[in-house]
Amino acid sequence: MATVVYVVGDDVSTDLIYPGRYMATVLPTETPQYAFADDAAFNGRLQGGQVPAGGLIVGGKNFGCGSSREQAASCLKGHALVIVARGFSRIFLQNAVNLGLSVVTCPTIAAAPGDELEISEREVVNRTSGRRFPVTPLSAARQAIMEAGGLIAYTRERLVKS
Amino acid sequence: MGMTVAERILARASGRTRVAAGDVVEPQVDLAMSHENAALVINQFLEIYQGLPREPRVWDPARVAIVFDHRVPAESAKTATNQKRVREFVARHAIHRFHDIRGDRGGICHQVLPENGYVRPGDVVVGTDSHTTSHGALGAFAFGIGATEMASVWALGAVLNVEVPPTILIDVAGRFRPMVGPKDLILSLIGQLTAEGANFRALEFHGETIREMPTSGRLVLCNMSVEAGATAGIVPADRETLRYLRDEAGVLEPMTPVLPDEDATYDQVLTVDVTDLAPQVACPHAVDHVKPVTAVAGQRVDQVVIGSCTNGRLDDLAVAADILRDHKVAPHTRMLVFPASTRIYRKAVELGYVTTLMDAGAVVMNSGCGPCLGVHEGALGDGEVALSTTNRNFKGRMGNPRSEVYLCSPAVAAASAVTGVITDPRNGGR
Repeated sequence: MATVVYVVGDDVSTDLIYPGRYMATVLPTETPQYAFADDAAFNGRLQGGQVPAGGLIVGGKNFGCGSSREQAASCLKGHALVIVARGFSRIFLQNAVNLGLSVVTCPTIAAAPGDELEISEREVVNRTSGRRFPVTPLSAARQAIMEAGGLIAYTRERLVKS
Repeated sequence: MGMTVAERILARASGRTRVAAGDVVEPQVDLAMSHENAALVINQFLEIYQGLPREPRVWDPARVAIVFDHRVPAESAKTATNQKRVREFVARHAIHRFHDIRGDRGGICHQVLPENGYVRPGDVVVGTDSHTTSHGALGAFAFGIGATEMASVWALGAVLNVEVPPTILIDVAGRFRPMVGPKDLILSLIGQLTAEGANFRALEFHGETIREMPTSGRLVLCNMSVEAGATAGIVPADRETLRYLRDEAGVLEPMTPVLPDEDATYDQVLTVDVTDLAPQVACPHAVDHVKPVTAVAGQRVDQVVIGSCTNGRLDDLAVAADILRDHKVAPHTRMLVFPASTRIYRKAVELGYVTTLMDAGAVVMNSGCGPCLGVHEGALGDGEVALSTTNRNFKGRMGNPRSEVYLCSPAVAAASAVTGVITDPRNGGR
């Protein structure tokens, strides 16, 4: 069971998740401070340690649209957040898988801040509202990278075999 | 069943006779491009080799291109240090397709690659930049990836676990009216498809309008295909592609266009006629929030931007110079111009466009991404409004979440610079 810490709408862009002006900061150890930097309230909660690890961001369609900047995934991973969205933009989804950021595609998800969700491979159960929502599983290709622990580990395995 | 262009290219690059949408392939990469974020790619690349009994080695340095464009010259010590690290890496690994901050061969990656002939029809191109879709204009399959994925490509020479995308065929007929062009077409298409309408799909452009469109215009279409979510935008190579690559990019080797099979399977077919298309504007804060210019005419504009990987090419600057000749930029408006490459900048100087633009009051900046993504220069003040020929207008895009960005063609931008309000260029600009 995990708590919804933030709810956002459709088409949340990487400019909102990780504004371009912080792109000179590249290391995954340094990017989390700028997560949702232009959203002072949420960034303040993240920075102030008021968001527990494993906290859920619930998003709409096309979460992470826009830039290929990987900082948008690494900054959320750094806060150990889990993203449950109605859909993800392709590049963001791939970056999340490559870095091992937990993402759950749940096309009908409905939740409010503070709701408790139970996530399994097949469905998300909102324990607060009592509603259940089917999950679209990651493709086998993406699952394989996730299970290897991310693309760095996956690539390393390939190199060893080659 | 036949194959689309995307399928044919991915089949060839994966060593298969055929692939279909949904198949998972590992295509060999013909060109791997990065910009300043090569600093992060290097970090991830070295991490791959941690604990392995071998030296980090780029699979094929001749297939790697690095172009500094996002923050040129460096705006901060942090950027300058990242750029320095990249220079050291480039020297150590003998990467020759490196375009540093120089007036003779610099510019924005999505112009530098085409004009140097680095991209050929049928190539698989990956770039750590979402607008890598641009290179589909040359009949390649080109898509954006993250830095870690690029690190993996540098190590292996292939992209792992790529799903072959279904293709949407865009069939375009008709001739543009004066002051209407490729930017208006792609904005209108994004409005129809929506920001996620082509997510996980490829766009393939066909029709008489596309056949008659120069490469510069095709680059606009493919550049912004990603704003509908598309993995790639592709104009199948034709006579114009070969003319551009031979005459303008100096390619000498034989080139083979990749065309779709006659019985290729498409996910969707969209038919468009541009004959009555009006100039289009994408309104804040979404690229798919598209309206005809007449619906937003009169909106006050504090800053006009002409340039970027979308519309910083010579014909874009020519349109702007034509409209601004013997006119002045409105007193309350700033106009910034960013040629897409130093080669274009030089031609614009030779043809007198730069003088015309300066006489009008525009500031012609060095080639680079400039204010497009709010990292370098040309930031907006609180409550200010920009009208820009760039490709994104998300909240905060130009460095300030309390500002607004409208997107448009060079003709709309230039006409509006004169009046200081969004203006329909078809009325003589006034």
